[in-house]
Amino acid sequence: MSVLVYTENWDGQFKKLSFELISYASEVAKSYNTNVVALSIGNVDEAELSKLSQYGADKVLNLSNAAYTEFNAEYYAKAISEAAKSEHAQVTIFANNITTRAIAPRVTIKLDAGMVSGCVAAPESIEPFVVSKKAFSGKAFARVKINKDNKVLSLNQNAFGIKENVKAANIVSFECALETSKAKVVEVSKNSGKMSVLDAEILVSGGRGLKKPENFKLLEEASDILGSVATVACTKPVADLEWRPHSEHVGQTGKVVAPNLYIAVGISGAIQHLAGITSSKVIVAINTDKDAPIFEASDYGVVGDALEVMPKLNEALKAFKANS
Amino acid sequence: MKILVCISHVPDTTAKIAFVDNNKSYNKEGQQFIIGPNEELALTRAIDIKEAKGGNITALTVGSAEVEPTLRKALAMGADDAIRVNMDPKDAFNVSKQIAEVAKANQYDVILTGREAIDYNGGQVGEMIAEWLIYPSVSGVNDMDLEPGKAILKREIDGGYEKIECDFPLIITGQKGIAAEPKIPAMRGIMMARKKPLIVVEPVQSDNATEVLEHSLPASKASCKMVSADDMNELVRLLHEEAKVI
Ligand SMILES: Cc1cc2nc3c(=O)[nH]c(=O)nc-3n(C[C@H](O)[C@H](O)[C@H](O)COP(=O)(O)OP(=O)(O)OC[C@H]3O[C@@H](n4cnc5c(N)ncnc54)[C@H](O)[C@@H]3O)c2cc1C
Ligand SMILES: Cc1cc2nc3c(=O)[nH]c(=O)nc-3n(C[C@H](O)[C@H](O)[C@H](O)COP(=O)(O)OP(=O)(O)OC[C@H]3O[C@@H](n4cnc5c(N)ncnc54)[C@H](O)[C@@H]3O)c2cc1C
Repeated sequence: MSVLVYTENWDGQFKKLSFELISYASEVAKSYNTNVVALSIGNVDEAELSKLSQYGADKVLNLSNAAYTEFNAEYYAKAISEAAKSEHAQVTIFANNITTRAIAPRVTIKLDAGMVSGCVAAPESIEPFVVSKKAFSGKAFARVKINKDNKVLSLNQNAFGIKENVKAANIVSFECALETSKAKVVEVSKNSGKMSVLDAEILVSGGRGLKKPENFKLLEEASDILGSVATVACTKPVADLEWRPHSEHVGQTGKVVAPNLYIAVGISGAIQHLAGITSSKVIVAINTDKDAPIFEASDYGVVGDALEVMPKLNEALKAFKANS
Repeated sequence: MKILVCISHVPDTTAKIAFVDNNKSYNKEGQQFIIGPNEELALTRAIDIKEAKGGNITALTVGSAEVEPTLRKALAMGADDAIRVNMDPKDAFNVSKQIAEVAKANQYDVILTGREAIDYNGGQVGEMIAEWLIYPSVSGVNDMDLEPGKAILKREIDGGYEKIECDFPLIITGQKGIAAEPKIPAMRGIMMARKKPLIVVEPVQSDNATEVLEHSLPASKASCKMVSADDMNELVRLLHEEAKVI
């Protein structure tokens, strides 16, 4: 028996999310009194793989076959379900993100399992197996029971946290025969170096209240001062107006984010926008309208014109950074 | 081109959520139900392609009779016919199995779903159908073109996008960008929708892999602490010393 975790890598590196998944799997494995097995697919070196054992992985399966360097939902799902079978995994754990959303449901069917996506905590019991998830786009939680022997879970980022739990690294190479897929990637375009809104710890986000695209410079400046953990995000109308790229659009129809700090500038706080930000640890709102709904969802509020407040905030942040 | 669009019947995005029956069920009383926004965009794009290049679009919902107005709306937008699988949808495993059975009987070239349903946010049904049918799939598609025999798609990836080509048949899960705005049915469309076929089929035997025991609402935030617009040093101090996020 075991608990299997698929730990995705980004150009050969794991992210904090990968370590959070291992921490979560360790908690699940404790209830079963069993081991945590991590599966890595792609080119990841030994030093990076061994990091997984610092958070509780008892064994790391390494599938580094060149054919797997490019993502393909069918191949990845096959490899993961083969690993789950050979390791007799009772529970298979994924992150809840765009890549794994293409694979975890396939793995679920292959294993004749029950799947709960968007888990926000460790299972409250394993017999029966009950776990809580977000539902109604963040407006509610649901306690869900899985009726199948095999379980597949996907965890929301930042829902569990990282816990150190050092184990001896046991890295084993893993093989899985390939089938051919009809879905072919014909072109990839990456504007590298830019942090995704999903990974940022701080988001400085702007709405239509900023009036024109040039004014987003004020938010970029704040993000620059806050450093490499920060980046700029926006509301749907801002992306629709092409003031900002669609990749920055946050909300029900955009990205669902969970940063430590979300600064909402000139954003009214429509329910569809809130659906994407309610998992943020702390929310700050800056808005001219003291009755804007965003304040109800916020921890700190400033009533004022963004074009006047942001330069002052940037000065204050600069002074703070200079002294820390 | 034979296209199937899978439609979830979900509460309006602005709906206030409440629960009944010891928090086991969602309170439908007085709620407006809509076509899930992700698949509404996918349907819109499919209709545009069909109008330019020809083909047939079937809209499908797994649900009880109450979902029929939602399917009629899909017909009014421009789908040619509709199928309702007569079952209370409670679980993605079961819903996907039902859809896969319909697909096996009708042999579609392209099966479209949304990225996720906005009620249970599973993001599971599309890829599960793909696995039941052993079809290739492309998920989270923001741009779609269909040519005879093949789909040309774009999807966002970390820090960029990838372009994918795939021969029919396949599953596509769509999201924002696949069409700019959802199509609004015209009066003529609404009139025609009444005459378009809506077939009801009985579900095949399958089980629910999961079951919702109880719902709850998130704890409401403690009140918002207001800071004067002239004192940004104070805001920075609070974020550092009190909230400890910078
Ligand atoms: C199906 C559906 C899905 C949707 N999905 C999303 C989604 O994913 N994400 C999303 O964001 N929206 C989404 N929306 C749109 C949503 O309903 C709102 O229209 C949108 O979030 C509003 O964006 P906004 O806050 O930028 O603009 P507005 O609502 O126009 O708000 C602008 C705010 O700026 C303030 N303001 C004006 N001037 C200033 C100033 N000088 N300084 C400071 N503040 C100022 C105003 O008081 C106001 O509160 C969706 C809508 C639908 C129907
Ligand atoms: C009143 C009511 C109560 C419900 N209660 C529950 C419940 O307690 N638990 C539960 O899991 N579900 C419930 N559902 C069903 C839910 O709406 C979904 O149909 C189903 O459960 C899949 O949810 P998901 O979040 O995994 O979908 P996702 O996997 O997120 O859906 C992805 C896509 O699949 C397609 N799709 C999803 N559902 C359907 C469908 N029924 N018919 C056709 N296409 C579909 C859509 O294109 C959608 O965008 C209820 C529905 C209604 C109307």
